[in-house]
Amino acid sequence: MGFGALFLRDLRLVWRRPGDVAVVLAFFVVATVLFPLGIGPESNLLARIAAGVLWAAALFASMLSLDRLFAADYEDGALDLLLLAPWPLELAALAKCAAHWVVTGLPLAVLAPLIGGAFGLDDRSLLVLVLTLLVGTPALSLIGGLAAALTLGARRSGALLALLALPLCVPTLIFGASAIEATATGEGFWVHLAILGALALMSLATLPWAIAAALRQAGE
Amino acid sequence: MVSAVLEVSGLACRRGGRRVFDNLSFALTGGELLALTGRNGSGKTTLLRALALLVPSLAGTIRWKGADVHDDRENWRAKLAWLGHQDGLKGDLTAAENILVAQRLRGQPADVDRVAHALSAFDLTALKDRAARTLSAGQRRRVALARVVAAKAPLWLLDEPLNALDAPAQKALNEGLTRHLAEGGLAIAATHAPLDSARILELGA
Repeated sequence: MGFGALFLRDLRLVWRRPGDVAVVLAFFVVATVLFPLGIGPESNLLARIAAGVLWAAALFASMLSLDRLFAADYEDGALDLLLLAPWPLELAALAKCAAHWVVTGLPLAVLAPLIGGAFGLDDRSLLVLVLTLLVGTPALSLIGGLAAALTLGARRSGALLALLALPLCVPTLIFGASAIEATATGEGFWVHLAILGALALMSLATLPWAIAAALRQAGE
Repeated sequence: MVSAVLEVSGLACRRGGRRVFDNLSFALTGGELLALTGRNGSGKTTLLRALALLVPSLAGTIRWKGADVHDDRENWRAKLAWLGHQDGLKGDLTAAENILVAQRLRGQPADVDRVAHALSAFDLTALKDRAARTLSAGQRRRVALARVVAAKAPLWLLDEPLNALDAPAQKALNEGLTRHLAEGGLAIAATHAPLDSARILELGA
């Protein structure tokens, strides 16, 4: 009940300000398009680096919107209402990260094949790209959520947040990108996808508790 | 002798290594309003946050109808309606939406009639579809107070409820408080301005 209410509230808040999501998606497009401009239009090279570039750009793009995830509630006092809600704060943390994923991870996964196609990825690789982003980005939202909760109230929290979250996202990045490379070389990608899924499930099973603890600390 | 509903005994809090209050005890029965007074920094907000278990207390117990509130925190939180120093409103939601969402976040079904009633009590009916960010500070405070009234909670914890309120809004708050107390509710308010029929606890004295 409370979970759904918070999830829908956050989606509605994003709906009222669609510009915030548009900026994140535009960043993703611009950041990825810079690589062909910098490296040159050699299509073999671009197809080879596409997986890593798209995954790294998706990672940066999802970090971009995370610093407001809890900071907005912290600044306007709504965090106190969440801390005082008569249901577990862990669920509130999960609801907020889920809403973040719906407005960043999901659109990134939809947008990525368009750019991947421009990098010269074949159809099968594009499919794997979408799959890895769908499975892997929930972990990014949760890891970033923890960093956002830990940096609440800190000065320059955006930079600190990225510094905290990016190293923790490395395993997800590695297996996300390598799944696409494995497809290109004809190996199976299922192992990589399974590991990505395991990483996401591990984040789901542990991070809501860590985020809730960090939020309680911030509320003191 | 009516038995106390809320009993606080020996409560102590420290903030940043500094003692804010020690060995603080009081009891409230149904229908009582306690006004926390005292100078800036005397610990009024800390006491409210300690009662809501937002801030850990070093010592002491808080009992609601005889049961220690630490034993069942979620049940205790369900008893509270909170008005913090900040209004806790989302600027992109309308006044009415803010209150409806707050009700759902408390795990209650949205009660449109109750919300409409609370809004009209604070003369907000004409503003109910305006985004909260377009309201003035006093109007936002009134929305936050309407949220407290709509919360159906037996204990109100109010931090400076009269902040930014004009005279008609202060009167509406006093009426709301009187109705809440008449229904057997309790309220604790940190305040500098006098509230009707309040017992006074002076901190830092």
